[in-house]
Amino acid sequence: MTEAILSLRGINKSFGAVHVLRGVDFDVYPGQVTALVGDNGAGKSTLIKCIAGIYEIDHGDYIFEGNKVSVSGPRDATALGIEIVYQDLALCDNLDIVHNMYLGREVKKGMTLNEAEMEISARKTLDSLSVRTVKSIRQTVASLSGGQRQTVAIARAVLWNNKVVVLDEPTAALGVSQTEQVLNLVRRLADNGIAVVLISHNLTDVFEVADNISAMYLGQMAAQVKKKDVTTNQVIELITTGKSAGVTPVGAR
Amino acid sequence: MTTVDTPVKPSIKSAMTDYWSRIRSGDIGSLAAILGLVVLCAVFTVMSPTFLTPINFANLLTQAAAVIVIAMGLIFVLLLGDIDLSAGYASGVCGAVMTILVTNHGWPWYVAFGLSVIVGVALGTSIGWLVAYLGIPSFVVTLAAFLGFQGLLLLLAGEGGTIPMTQPTVLKIENSNISVTNSWILFVVCAVLYVLSGLRKMQLRRKQGLKVELMQLWVLKTASLLALCAFAVYVLNLERSNNPKLISLKGTPYIVPVILLILVVGTFFLQRTAFGRHLYAVGGNAEAARRAGINVKRVRTMAFVICSGMAAVAGLIFASRQNSISPTTGGSSTLLYAVGAAVIGGTSLFGGKGKLRDAILGGLVVSVIDNGMGLLGYAAGIKYIVTGFVLLISAGVDAISRKGSV
Repeated sequence: MTEAILSLRGINKSFGAVHVLRGVDFDVYPGQVTALVGDNGAGKSTLIKCIAGIYEIDHGDYIFEGNKVSVSGPRDATALGIEIVYQDLALCDNLDIVHNMYLGREVKKGMTLNEAEMEISARKTLDSLSVRTVKSIRQTVASLSGGQRQTVAIARAVLWNNKVVVLDEPTAALGVSQTEQVLNLVRRLADNGIAVVLISHNLTDVFEVADNISAMYLGQMAAQVKKKDVTTNQVIELITTGKSAGVTPVGAR
Repeated sequence: MTTVDTPVKPSIKSAMTDYWSRIRSGDIGSLAAILGLVVLCAVFTVMSPTFLTPINFANLLTQAAAVIVIAMGLIFVLLLGDIDLSAGYASGVCGAVMTILVTNHGWPWYVAFGLSVIVGVALGTSIGWLVAYLGIPSFVVTLAAFLGFQGLLLLLAGEGGTIPMTQPTVLKIENSNISVTNSWILFVVCAVLYVLSGLRKMQLRRKQGLKVELMQLWVLKTASLLALCAFAVYVLNLERSNNPKLISLKGTPYIVPVILLILVVGTFFLQRTAFGRHLYAVGGNAEAARRAGINVKRVRTMAFVICSGMAAVAGLIFASRQNSISPTTGGSSTLLYAVGAAVIGGTSLFGGKGKLRDAILGGLVVSVIDNGMGLLGYAAGIKYIVTGFVLLISAGVDAISRKGSV
């Protein structure tokens, strides 16, 4: 089995008296989609924010590519090659697709922006993900549909050769065909060797694209399993009760 | 491998359809200002025999200049969705600093002007810091600054006093003209540079296999712009003195190239540099910009610095036009006219949308209303009411188009 690119061991995080994460283990593998599921308040978002460096971990190990690292800010996570695509997208409506993909990391030629180079490689990235739904990459993001926006946000994460891409509810606001497009894109990301973390409430989506399923329950990791080893009902049990008969967690404790 | 961007073969017709659908989706850009300008000019030409005369045309430009420059600075702040109510009096303060140094202390005008720009930058830095780092709404900070600067100007000028400006170079900016020959030379040089830069840009893009703007469309746009400019230069070069034997008045006012220079430099910063891109990004979605690693606070501070720095340039123009600085310089309607100019020109009050040329188009609209109604003998009260309505209509269009596009 492939080596995990990102492993969290015994992560604890409290906000004042509230103990949100209690000894969470979490593993993410390159070339695979790992779905992170759990009910509201189970601690998914907190875990992701710890990975992104937005929250600092109280206790526990953050192991990236086999080495223990300390992540104390978003810049540290970005430097490791971890990119989070948030639910609210974080795109600028008034800028076009190329501008958004390069926002904050513009390619410059002397003092001026190198528009041509940015346009060419943005186009290349979209092509490599087989994105054909966007008419012109010079149109503003405001004119795009929800699925197209999600595509741009994901493509932006890919453009920077990130090793781990975390997608926070990418299909939550999308219709059927757009959901399908985004899920295909998620699959292609993993096929390109990227470690993908997919947070979703939709188990149909999870079972469609995920390789691994990690279920959280009340601030703990209930189980990390292979998709092929479990049924939908077992995952529902894990989400709602924290345990399920016949589920053996993957990975050493 | 680049895929073809558009399945339809680009043509004038498809470009027109694209443009029309953009307009319908609420992205009207400068169209309203251009149409407004044409309609207003037509109405005033019919109603007043003096409106469409070369002398009035030149007057219009010099009248509008200070407001246009303040509006250009203001656009940097408006792009963030903020506002600077103090820009008018900031220009008064900076103008007073310069005039005092030149008139009372005999400093060379350019040194005094440089110092007044530094004063403007300092004022802008304090405003920007309070807004960006302390998080006080820009409306409140600049309202306080509006009052504060008004007081400062009063103290600088002395109670009821005016500081005269007699330095010939400064006075030239708003009161003298480039000779007829030099006007044409300037026009030809600018036109050639404009065409060459446009062609070079297209050639570079084509060489790299990128989508290029339709040639016919570019030729059409460039030719009409240049024709319009050539016509303006022609009119400005006509004799506009009532008694040419006594004193001859013809040629392009010096202020025109000054404003063109600010336009070119400012547009370069907004459209071609990372700073400009970040300004648009912060105005469009500050949270997204922050997550993308942009220093939002620094960008915000810089916008106020530029705004107040430009106000110092407007101070120079005021000193030149009024031959003095008085406690009301940059006061009364100046700032509201400048905000009006930017918004009428197509800059959004909600941030993220606008171009520097909006200030010029909108400034001309405001100035045409002011000038035309003055010629028709309307009271100042009526002029204010009409300008207020025009501003309200533009802001309304801005708000509705925003609703339509989201």
